Amino acid sequence: MPRNYYINSNGRIRRKENTVYFETEKDGESLKTPLPINDIDTIFIFGEVDINTKAINYLSQYDIPMHFFNYYGYYSGSFLPRKKNVSGSLLVEQVKHHIDDSKRQMLAISFIEGAVHHILRNLRKSGISVENFQNIEKDLLPKIFETKTIEELMAIEGNIREHYYQLFNTVIKNKDFFIEKREKRPPTNPINALISFGNSIMYNTVLTEIYRTQLDPTISYLHSPQEKRFSLSLDIAEIFKPFIIDPLIFNLIKTGQITIDDFDKDLNYTYLNENGRKKFLKAYEERLSKTVKHRRLKRNVSYRQLIRLECYKLIKHLIGDEIYKPFKAWW
Amino acid sequence: MIEDINFNRLKVNGIKVNYFYICHRKLWLFDRKITMEDKSDKVLLGALLHMDSYERERQKEVLIDNLISIDILDGVNIKEVKYSDKMEKADKMQVLYYLYYLKNLGIEKQGIINYPKQKKREFIQLTEEAEKELEAVLIEINKILKQEKPPPVIDAAYCQKCAYFEFCYG
Repeated sequence: MPRNYYINSNGRIRRKENTVYFETEKDGESLKTPLPINDIDTIFIFGEVDINTKAINYLSQYDIPMHFFNYYGYYSGSFLPRKKNVSGSLLVEQVKHHIDDSKRQMLAISFIEGAVHHILRNLRKSGISVENFQNIEKDLLPKIFETKTIEELMAIEGNIREHYYQLFNTVIKNKDFFIEKREKRPPTNPINALISFGNSIMYNTVLTEIYRTQLDPTISYLHSPQEKRFSLSLDIAEIFKPFIIDPLIFNLIKTGQITIDDFDKDLNYTYLNENGRKKFLKAYEERLSKTVKHRRLKRNVSYRQLIRLECYKLIKHLIGDEIYKPFKAWW
Repeated sequence: MIEDINFNRLKVNGIKVNYFYICHRKLWLFDRKITMEDKSDKVLLGALLHMDSYERERQKEVLIDNLISIDILDGVNIKEVKYSDKMEKADKMQVLYYLYYLKNLGIEKQGIINYPKQKKREFIQLTEEAEKELEAVLIEINKILKQEKPPPVIDAAYCQKCAYFEFCYG
């Protein structure tokens, strides 16, 4: 199973014959790390990296996307190789489901439904007693199914998240990572920084998976396609953020793997430093490759494959094959 | 030449005839370009086999009418290379379709399917019976492709090994 490669240092990516190398300098000595082409799923670049077209051409031959982040871990953009698997007829269906309000609403609700399922799962697993999140489960969750517009849905979702983030403090129990409210662009404290960083990595992982299918990442249902991003990726990431990122954050803080020292002090601790980023990414990669026995496939699938399966389910819905039901961790 | 069916309107590429005998759903999805980018070892092996087999043959991968792609073409034969003989009927019908297609262009050939892994060859000749079957199949294929929804999952034992397995069953 190919995996993500994360480049945190400065250096150069180059192709030499049929191997891609990452070259870097350490104490005046040059280090050359080969990146086995068949083992690369996606490359995430956080360091200052030079890359030439020869390497880009080679990577695109193998359909390997590259995501670039700036010094603060803030997403700059992606290089997506030319898409070979395009389907005009699927794109037409994607658009049809967007312009028909009730079809669009149904999908938008499903994404939130999946997200809330994992939010509640996290709270339960963290030992939060039911009365603390009863309002989410009994009151707010049923309401999302009655919404008629995206705005109504977003408002309820906002309420759910507000409650949820308040409960973060009870879960984490660490003053350094106290959250008052969710703040992004730029994040204002360490916990917000962790959430922002995690969500942005999640978004890019989903984008890679969408890219591997015939889905068009710009046509979305919950998010508006006017966002300056691949908004279908944001839609699907809703389901996976609380399933993958939040438990990761809880775990990293509770076990003391990530502390306040892993943040850039000069910037008011609002960005992870290189060391913190490395720890986060390592844990992230481990979680993505975790497997679970799939009930219908009767095979082990990794968490990452669950994202791909989600894309397939969406395609099946769009072509009128099988009604979409969001992924809900069943264990 | 057939008169009662409009060959020009019905003709499809050879893979579709092959898929018709394997799975109608796969046929429908393939037609909509919903294909599975499969990086599995099996697909890789198949591609390598195609590249490496019969290097001495001059005419490889001949594309006719932008529609059918014949692996190898020599004086009297068309040859198709297959990795495994598990889907014999489908492979055979694919080659028969090529022969039938060429016949409609006024070219008479014979077919050979090579299974280099099994060290096995099968000789194929277009018969009247086969032509009848193909004509019926072309009509069926066109009906399937016109359906708005994909045909259902077939639950066959070989689904497990299909590139669409995760798509269909996930």
